[in-house]
Amino acid sequence: MRYLSTSSEQQAHMLKALGLHSAEDLLTSIPETIRLRSPLDLPPALSEPELLARFAELEAGNAPRILSFLGAGVNQHFIPLVIDSLCSRGEFLTSYTPYQAEISQGTLQAVFEFQTFICQLTGMEISNASMYDGSSALAEGVLMARRISRRRRVLVAGTVHPEYRAVVDTVTRHQDLTIQTVDHGGDGRLDPAELETRLGEDVGALVVQSPNFLGNLESLDVLADLCRQKGVLLVVNIAELLSLGIVRSPGSAGADIVCGEAQSLGISPGFGGPHVGFLATREKFVRNLPGRLVGQTVDRHGQRGYVLTLATREQHIRREKATSNICTNQNLTALMVTLFCSLLGRKGLRELAIQNVSKVQYGLAALRKLPVEILFEGPRFNEFVLRLNRPYEEVAERFHAAGVVPGLPLGQYDPRLGNALLVSITETKSKQDIDRLVELVKAAA
Amino acid sequence: MKFTRTGRHLALNEGLIFERSAPGRTGYDLPRLDVPGVDLGAALGADNLREPIPGFPEVSEVDVVRHFTRLASWNYSIDAGMYPLGSCTMKYNPRLNERVAAMKGLAEAHPLSPESLVQGSLEVLRLLADCLAEISGMDAVSLQPPAGACGELTGILMIRACLSSRGNPRRKVLIPDSAHGTNPASAVIAGYEVQSLKSDSRGCIDLNGLERAMNDEVAALMLTNPNTLGIFEQDIVSIARIVHDRGGLVYMDGANLNALMGITRPGNFGVDVLHINLHKTFSTPHGGGGPGAGPVAVKQVLEPFLPVPTVERREDRRYYLNYDRPDSIGRVKAFYGNFLTLVRALAYILANGAEGLKEASQVAILNANYIKHHLRDVYDLPYDEPILHEVVFSSRRQTRNNLTVMDLAKRLMDYGFHPPTVAFPLVVQGALMIEPSETESRQELDQFIHAMRCIAEEADSDPELLKQAPHSTRVSRLDEVRAARKPVLRWKPDEVGDQDS
Repeated sequence: MRYLSTSSEQQAHMLKALGLHSAEDLLTSIPETIRLRSPLDLPPALSEPELLARFAELEAGNAPRILSFLGAGVNQHFIPLVIDSLCSRGEFLTSYTPYQAEISQGTLQAVFEFQTFICQLTGMEISNASMYDGSSALAEGVLMARRISRRRRVLVAGTVHPEYRAVVDTVTRHQDLTIQTVDHGGDGRLDPAELETRLGEDVGALVVQSPNFLGNLESLDVLADLCRQKGVLLVVNIAELLSLGIVRSPGSAGADIVCGEAQSLGISPGFGGPHVGFLATREKFVRNLPGRLVGQTVDRHGQRGYVLTLATREQHIRREKATSNICTNQNLTALMVTLFCSLLGRKGLRELAIQNVSKVQYGLAALRKLPVEILFEGPRFNEFVLRLNRPYEEVAERFHAAGVVPGLPLGQYDPRLGNALLVSITETKSKQDIDRLVELVKAAA
Repeated sequence: MKFTRTGRHLALNEGLIFERSAPGRTGYDLPRLDVPGVDLGAALGADNLREPIPGFPEVSEVDVVRHFTRLASWNYSIDAGMYPLGSCTMKYNPRLNERVAAMKGLAEAHPLSPESLVQGSLEVLRLLADCLAEISGMDAVSLQPPAGACGELTGILMIRACLSSRGNPRRKVLIPDSAHGTNPASAVIAGYEVQSLKSDSRGCIDLNGLERAMNDEVAALMLTNPNTLGIFEQDIVSIARIVHDRGGLVYMDGANLNALMGITRPGNFGVDVLHINLHKTFSTPHGGGGPGAGPVAVKQVLEPFLPVPTVERREDRRYYLNYDRPDSIGRVKAFYGNFLTLVRALAYILANGAEGLKEASQVAILNANYIKHHLRDVYDLPYDEPILHEVVFSSRRQTRNNLTVMDLAKRLMDYGFHPPTVAFPLVVQGALMIEPSETESRQELDQFIHAMRCIAEEADSDPELLKQAPHSTRVSRLDEVRAARKPVLRWKPDEVGDQDS
């Protein structure tokens, strides 16, 4: 096998050095009764050319060259080539968690830069080294808010990504808290007046997403004011991080915890992962922050360096008393985000964000002229809700045959949104692409 | 004009990316906007707009390549040498895996695409789930958990759901004192109290202790097999029987599955659910700390409680995502798992086949025993039992001169090796936990053994040399106390050191 470095001859020599005759002699501690008697039933081993051919077959099972307007937390954006080139370096790709700081300074400094970028984007004071993904970051954000507030009830906007809400439900189910959903108002956003009546004394946190699952920006400053008055922590989930290239940061609006998904910044959709979550907050909550943290320090000679720090929050030290059971961060995908932010920089992030706003407005203007309905008109970044005049299933084939996926059918999440699609238009779509979508919608309307 | 102080070679003196910034530079090009520009205030709401972000860097593509290439050069990696990290299974990461994970049709597929357009992705998921079920001897698999700890939580939640459906979720989970820290932390998130089980003199689960602890308040036993001492729990069949007889379930932490492939299967020795670390046993890269993947495999009894969705196949042979599972614990992650990590693991399994996997486990065991054999006269072996893929020494003989196990570990860097796992498992004083994996050559093992023997000598002859180690790395030993006492967790514009402006 090409991944092994000892020949059978060497193996025989090594066994001899141990005073043994065969590899079986090393297995005496495994009772005979539970040993496998026949080989595992797996597909036959493939050489490199055969394996590439097999995966080409699997790849071909996916429809090629689809023009897709899907977003919903997995956003299609430009990814500079340099990202893949640098992330493929063995020193980043094949290194271990940087517990041994002196030979992991590359990873540690890159994480420190990631933490800084997340703080800058979100307008928060501190960020951890990353989390599994947006859904897990939100679950951890909710648990963190529960620890800080010591209050049992958590209100979650119904316009938070439904898969994230599902994960929050699963992870927090046995943590002595009650999750309640708050519905959106007629404009597809939270209604502050309605919300005020729900913010009782036992409410520890309010969780909102912006832009929300319907594409709308929430009025974070209004919500933050309300929360402050009631002593409630405001947790803001961001599923489209690029929006913060042009949209005011949740931190500046008064959020206490900002979490979300950073896939937009340099990570391919990858059929859902690996992506990377982030969790940022105020400095005073640092002891309640879950996950790895990188901090700056100095070495024996006073030279600047970086280490994993404040580990007394974590499971390998605290075991059952840890802030979270999570051990890892999502380092390589976090590096992609760091590279993306470095390359795009101050000007590029803004320009890219503005292109998204412009393209979505172009698409909206054309669609408004058709006999279809745009639901929840209001401030939005790159997504909106379009209602067809018939169930999507009736026209799906027509779109797919033309090589187009026009959006995500929303009826599966909310029966009130039957016939409605969540449409994402990013900078990856040319004017012609958008025109094609509009033409197909017109034909299917 | 102020010049940057280099001190050493430029590559060793790289600042932060923010400190390289100079106004007006960019590292990207976008196509020209081909639709009319818009009034941002009208589109987004004037109150919602933000100014360009202060302190966000302005650097060229060349700057970015230089900066991160220099950072890369400060990292140790499996490509550069051996990582004898116990229970971490740092094996070679085949480049072929990377190539298939980068295939456009797989990398760019959207998870919410209509099923008819992503049959290939769904087939990958199903194939991998079937392979993992076969390797582990279990009945069904969920690929959703993105890491081992999430797999643990998923498994314990399923146990809880199963016992609840029988009328009582019970109160406690038993965990041996040699277990990974994630085990108790996960059990707590699932709503259980943790009761620690003391290991016996062999470093294994004490059958009598288990008999006494196992009652109708105990939901599960969480064990690792082979355990973190590298020892196979010989009484595993009796252990599982004790737990099952009193209505509990057996959870296995699959961190050490690399010792068992093709030799025995958790499903054959009484395990009801285990998680599998694909970034350990199945060669997906660690990436400096994630992303990994932690699928869970279960016996029939827990199958109804698997996370949604599962990937299934219709009679017309089309794959689909099944959400119609009323007893499911729900979701543990958005979408279907770390898909591109799953792709890499599948590539590894298909490249190896049944024989290759078995040989990998056999050689991993041989390599660990070879190291044990050649170091046991120098380092203390507190549990001298037959081991499989890893060996745990105690450094107590070497740390008599006021040294710590960390001093030994740091010194190993000067010999060109990553240190072993140290100070874990907790049952061994000054533990040095060594797992070479099967991909290390005999030459590499011999060099490692030589380095460890030299260090043992130095501990006697020149303890100060170890205390000051490492001597050959870019930075010397870092002040962790200072980092924790006055946390600096991000760069800020006003804290710029020697910026060349």
